[in-house]
Amino acid sequence: MRWGVVVFPGSHDDRQVLHVAERILGDEAVPLWHKDRDLKGADCVVLPGGFSYGDYLRCGAMAKFSPVMDAVQEHARAGGLVLGVCNGFQILCEAGLLPGALVRNRSLSFVCDRVTLRVETSDTPFTFGCRPGELLTVPIKHGEGCYVADEATLAALEREGRVVFRYADRTGRPTAAANPNGSLANVAGVCNAARNVVGLMPHPEHAVERLVGGEDGLRLFRSAQAWLGRGAAAERREPTLVPGP
Amino acid sequence: MPGLLARVYVTPKRGILDPQGKAVQHSLHALGFGEVHDVRVGKYIELRLRDVARDAAEGRVRAMCERLLANGIIEDFRIELAEDGR
Repeated sequence: MRWGVVVFPGSHDDRQVLHVAERILGDEAVPLWHKDRDLKGADCVVLPGGFSYGDYLRCGAMAKFSPVMDAVQEHARAGGLVLGVCNGFQILCEAGLLPGALVRNRSLSFVCDRVTLRVETSDTPFTFGCRPGELLTVPIKHGEGCYVADEATLAALEREGRVVFRYADRTGRPTAAANPNGSLANVAGVCNAARNVVGLMPHPEHAVERLVGGEDGLRLFRSAQAWLGRGAAAERREPTLVPGP
Repeated sequence: MPGLLARVYVTPKRGILDPQGKAVQHSLHALGFGEVHDVRVGKYIELRLRDVARDAAEGRVRAMCERLLANGIIEDFRIELAEDGR
């Protein structure tokens, strides 16, 4: 498969995603400059972490108007795979491709740590190869990762099984102590209604090699490979959910 | 047509956690300003406009807020229009 990695001025995890796609997965990967107007045949577009446009105004506020975002919107509407990580998640929310918003961490501190994520649903292309309830260890590094949404939106996300990842402790309980940024309901990642667009604050691309912090993040990338490989004609699986906190 | 000055105030929506405001409130209390019972920290944006009638400017600035300057999910905004004295 072919991965497209969007590069905004101020992106800085783009090289790491390209590294994962090319060197670890052995796939094709193309960088997509923010001024590009097409996705160069990418099956899956990744919006990487960083500080696009210096985080001016609000994180992701300027990036959503980049020329490349029209193509990303079009790709998403057509059912194409889109993954937003950290700043990429913020951009997807600002662009309206995902619900809610990410605000300053409740602690007001930038957090750089390794967290435990509980996979809430296997019914997305990026968790296709995971079991619901499975725990993944993945790093985080952000100052504005507190997920917020109004009550109705959050209730709809829970009801529709669109909370994809939750911060949890090592036994899998989404406790307050395991929540690194104050996100509502320990939400670490969500998907859109069509389930083809997923965003999360933690960095799966930085957990891909045993030598440097484990390889749990690979599960997301391999899931996307498997999901695309199964053929578009394959039947959609019934969503498998685990109860909320 | 005289120039216009639009003052845009962007504040966190009620009900949205404002940890910055809370921290500032805490500091004010520590300094002895106990009468402060709520603080919300937002943004102040000045826009100098020209070649636009006042009637039209209001709607234009509102559109700017909705599309870019504020995020309606987490922020409210308020606009003040005045003649630009500069």
